[in-house]
Amino acid sequence: MAGDTTLTSGEYIKHHLTNLTFGKLPDGSWGFAHDMSQIKAMGFWSINVDSMFWSILLGVLFLYFFKKVADRATAGVPGGMQNFAEWIVEFIDDNVRGSFTGRNAMVAPLALTLFVWIFLMNLMDLIPVDFIPHLAVLVGIPYMKVVPSTDPNVTFGMAIGVFALMLYYSIRIKGIGGFAGELTLQPFSSDNLLLKLVFIPINLILELVSLIAKPVSHALRLFGNMYAGEMIFILISIMYSAGIVMGVFGGALQLGWAIFHILIITLQAFIFMVLTIVYLDMAHSKH
Amino acid sequence: MNINLTLIGQLLSFVVFVWFTMKYVWTPIMGALEERRKGIADGLAAGERGLHEQELAKERAKEVLRDAKAQAADIVAQAQKRAAEIVDEAKGTARAEGERILGAAQAEIEQETNRAREQLRERVAELAVTGAEKILRKEIDLQAHRDIVDQLAKEI
Repeated sequence: MAGDTTLTSGEYIKHHLTNLTFGKLPDGSWGFAHDMSQIKAMGFWSINVDSMFWSILLGVLFLYFFKKVADRATAGVPGGMQNFAEWIVEFIDDNVRGSFTGRNAMVAPLALTLFVWIFLMNLMDLIPVDFIPHLAVLVGIPYMKVVPSTDPNVTFGMAIGVFALMLYYSIRIKGIGGFAGELTLQPFSSDNLLLKLVFIPINLILELVSLIAKPVSHALRLFGNMYAGEMIFILISIMYSAGIVMGVFGGALQLGWAIFHILIITLQAFIFMVLTIVYLDMAHSKH
Repeated sequence: MNINLTLIGQLLSFVVFVWFTMKYVWTPIMGALEERRKGIADGLAAGERGLHEQELAKERAKEVLRDAKAQAADIVAQAQKRAAEIVDEAKGTARAEGERILGAAQAEIEQETNRAREQLRERVAELAVTGAEKILRKEIDLQAHRDIVDQLAKEI
């Protein structure tokens, strides 16, 4: 537990699920929110400092590692670090070649960034849930949510980025007319002009829903999986305060769940990347 | 689940990270991979070529060896022929020389014999005359019998 025995289970869970949010406090000054109600009152114009910090830190870590490799990349015998980076790069390249039929130099680096970055963010989930938040409390930071991918802002941020690219390339490749046609002339179509006009609004509604569903499901899939995984870690860690038997049982559960979670975090990063590639491929292909 | 500015922050960092990866990470690593792939392909091709060349060189070496053997045999045969010729020539020369020396020796012998005969003849005539003189000193006139003695000496 957080070391604070006065917390109830409910408060403990709530504490773990609260972001460190910076925004305009009710009294008009700017600062960190101290509880849920203050966060709610801040509305849109506030920022989850913990999510941003970990997300950017991990992203920079990823770029630092790969930039170092890229600077020293030789065509000769690769070192251990280069081998590892090349293994990942080739894995991504294979996936992009397999799923992406168009020609776009941006898709593969995009997929690499998403895969490694999301993997690292998910990896934070394997750090025991109390470790960093407790340290943060000790140095006076009230809330600290260390897994950025359990913050919907983060997953939606990436999914909306991908969605924007999707719209951009759809219009660039197919033209506005082509893209509009894709939204209005299928799945129902007819040779009869009158029937065609009737179908247009129906098609538009159907296609818009499926279009909007893409970024939403894209973001929520990652968020949901990671949020649920994090929640289970939190629930397991509650067991540590329920006596020695439950504590040992909880330890075993945590180990099992952590091992299983290694699979989930990799899989979720992979799924996010593959969906990105597939969505962009759909944007590039003409019907 | 409250959406706030974090969304925009994440979106911006996403864009920056992707741009960075594209510009500074993906291109050099893929370049190195491509270059290595090309190097390996070149190496394999060179190996193949080397093997082929070795095969050719073996073939050529065999040919050269065969030529050399033939040439050597030729040279040996020619040398043998020449040796036989030289021996024959030497034999001929030796025979001629021998005959020449023999001829010269015989001529000299003849000469010597003739000279010795002449001297002997003169000596015998003298001796005969001296002997006869001694024997016939008193009864024979040297002058009167000289012709007979000379005649005798010639018949020797």
